[in-house]
Amino acid sequence: MGGHPFLADGVDFGDVLLSLVMVVAAFVICLVATMLMVWFERKVVSRLQNRIGPNVAGPFGLLQTLADGIKLFFKEDIIPTRSDRFVFQLAPYLSLVPAFLTFTLVPIAGDFSGGNGSSTVFGREFYWQVADVPVGILFFLAMSSLGIYGIMLAGWSSGSKYPLLASVRASAQAISYEAALGLSLASVLLVAGTLSTHDIVLGQAGSLQTLNVVATGFVPFVVFLIAGTAELNRPPFDLVEAEQELVGGFHTEYSSIRFALFFLAEFMNTVTMGAIIVTLFFGGPAPLFDFPFIDFPHAWWMGFILFFAKLLVFLFIFVWFRASLPRLRYDQLMDLGWKLLIPLSLGWLLILGGIRVARDGNIGIVDDSIGDTIIVLVLGGMVLAVGASLIMLANRNARSERLRNEGLVAVANPDLGTSRAADHATTGPPGASHDTAQVGADH
Amino acid sequence: MTSLGILAAEMTNTEVWVTNSFFLAIAAVSILAALKMVTTDNVVHAALYLLIVLAAVAAVYVILGAEFAAATQILVYIGAIMVLLLFGVMLTRAQIGSETDLDHDQKWIGALISVVLAAVMGYSLWEAFSDAKLPDNRVPQGTEAVADSIFGIYIVPFEAISVLLLAALIGAVVVARRD
Repeated sequence: MGGHPFLADGVDFGDVLLSLVMVVAAFVICLVATMLMVWFERKVVSRLQNRIGPNVAGPFGLLQTLADGIKLFFKEDIIPTRSDRFVFQLAPYLSLVPAFLTFTLVPIAGDFSGGNGSSTVFGREFYWQVADVPVGILFFLAMSSLGIYGIMLAGWSSGSKYPLLASVRASAQAISYEAALGLSLASVLLVAGTLSTHDIVLGQAGSLQTLNVVATGFVPFVVFLIAGTAELNRPPFDLVEAEQELVGGFHTEYSSIRFALFFLAEFMNTVTMGAIIVTLFFGGPAPLFDFPFIDFPHAWWMGFILFFAKLLVFLFIFVWFRASLPRLRYDQLMDLGWKLLIPLSLGWLLILGGIRVARDGNIGIVDDSIGDTIIVLVLGGMVLAVGASLIMLANRNARSERLRNEGLVAVANPDLGTSRAADHATTGPPGASHDTAQVGADH
Repeated sequence: MTSLGILAAEMTNTEVWVTNSFFLAIAAVSILAALKMVTTDNVVHAALYLLIVLAAVAAVYVILGAEFAAATQILVYIGAIMVLLLFGVMLTRAQIGSETDLDHDQKWIGALISVVLAAVMGYSLWEAFSDAKLPDNRVPQGTEAVADSIFGIYIVPFEAISVLLLAALIGAVVVARRD
């Protein structure tokens, strides 16, 4: 049903105090994780680009983020005269608050290998998350759609053309990818049968087969990872802050601490999205499967270690995306969202529902759960292969079309044609790698 | 007995008192925001005030224990419809500062119609629920209960609305097509 066990029988002063402690603790963990994430991203991107990265402030450059934060605090805070003052000042907070609110849903520790993930302090049984909302996943979707207001309003209130363009892009992108995000989540809900994040983690504990990434057949996970990256406005979907086209994007006019807040929100969102992926698809603090020889200590900190180990993998994947993928063009972004991800996740939901109905009705070969899992995985692999080959085909068609059109241009303007041909000889087809060099550039 | 009277009569119980004060605060905020929304002279500000009204309605749902309705309200109205509306405003006209030509010639007719509408709806609500009381120990309404009733007794209206939305979707595509 959701909710901490200690809240079930009335609320007294101690319950309120415990809730407050959890809020403060989650906020501190979230802030520290965000700080470390900034350092981690800069360090990993540097290594992937054969650089060293921050190494002066503190051991391994760990204090670099702190130093940057202090520097930004003492910079002059400029509000453009042509801006909408109140909205301009409000926007950074609108961007930061939803990022943290989503983090309150995530179970970050607890013993899920045998236990039910709760611990007891002063006679009060609690879960290792700030709130176990009965409508947890809907709350996550609601918060992720609220996050867009910060970017939209920042771009509009700046009173400047390029930020406005960025915010228009951002809202179109967010609406497009939210649909794919929600539809891929529907598969998880179909398998888990609950909206509460604690119950979703509890349902995944125990074996590899109950892990949602396996039980939902891998397709929703792939769609969620792509749509989540787009929702975060991270590379390769960072059209909101495409430096070549938009100066700096929606935060061009921001300076000092307000800029720092946007920066903080962006990285906090990244950490939160990684945590949500771990919770929904990889069992959060629960072990991936029952290890045959090792007996894990049944304690809450084991869950903590497992959770952060899994989270680190996804944070690395986000950074890896940034370092290796060139930014998508706007039409490619829209095509990927509307023509591939949404049909893929919707179709997969239907297939998964069909398999479930067949199993419940004891039809044919899918009456045992292992067979069910195997069928789901095989179908998922097939669907992914078809999806990937379709998008490769579409890409190839678009490229040959473009080359054919350019061939026509070359006939009409001989001068232009030769210079284009020279470009082709040196850099390959235009658009294929137009901003690879900039993608990995540091902030 | 007026509804304010009902509120006053129940203020012996702490829980009810807290609930009622929260409700009154939310109602006040939402009424103020609604008034500001129609009187402000900037389109984006009007949209932001509308946002506050919609959020206040979601808060009322939370107080009533209807968490699913609250989450859906935020997700659909604030997260999708208002984003789309702001997107449209920003694509077309979104100047900063006050605008002069926001008044419409027929605003008095519109005002009259909205007053009549409010009166009719208020009267029918008053007739139906003026002495209804919330149960004392109400449990939050679970998502399962919502799903059961949508796909149970309300299946026909649900399907009708689905078809209506589908028709609207196809209509929008037809209108927006270039050829």
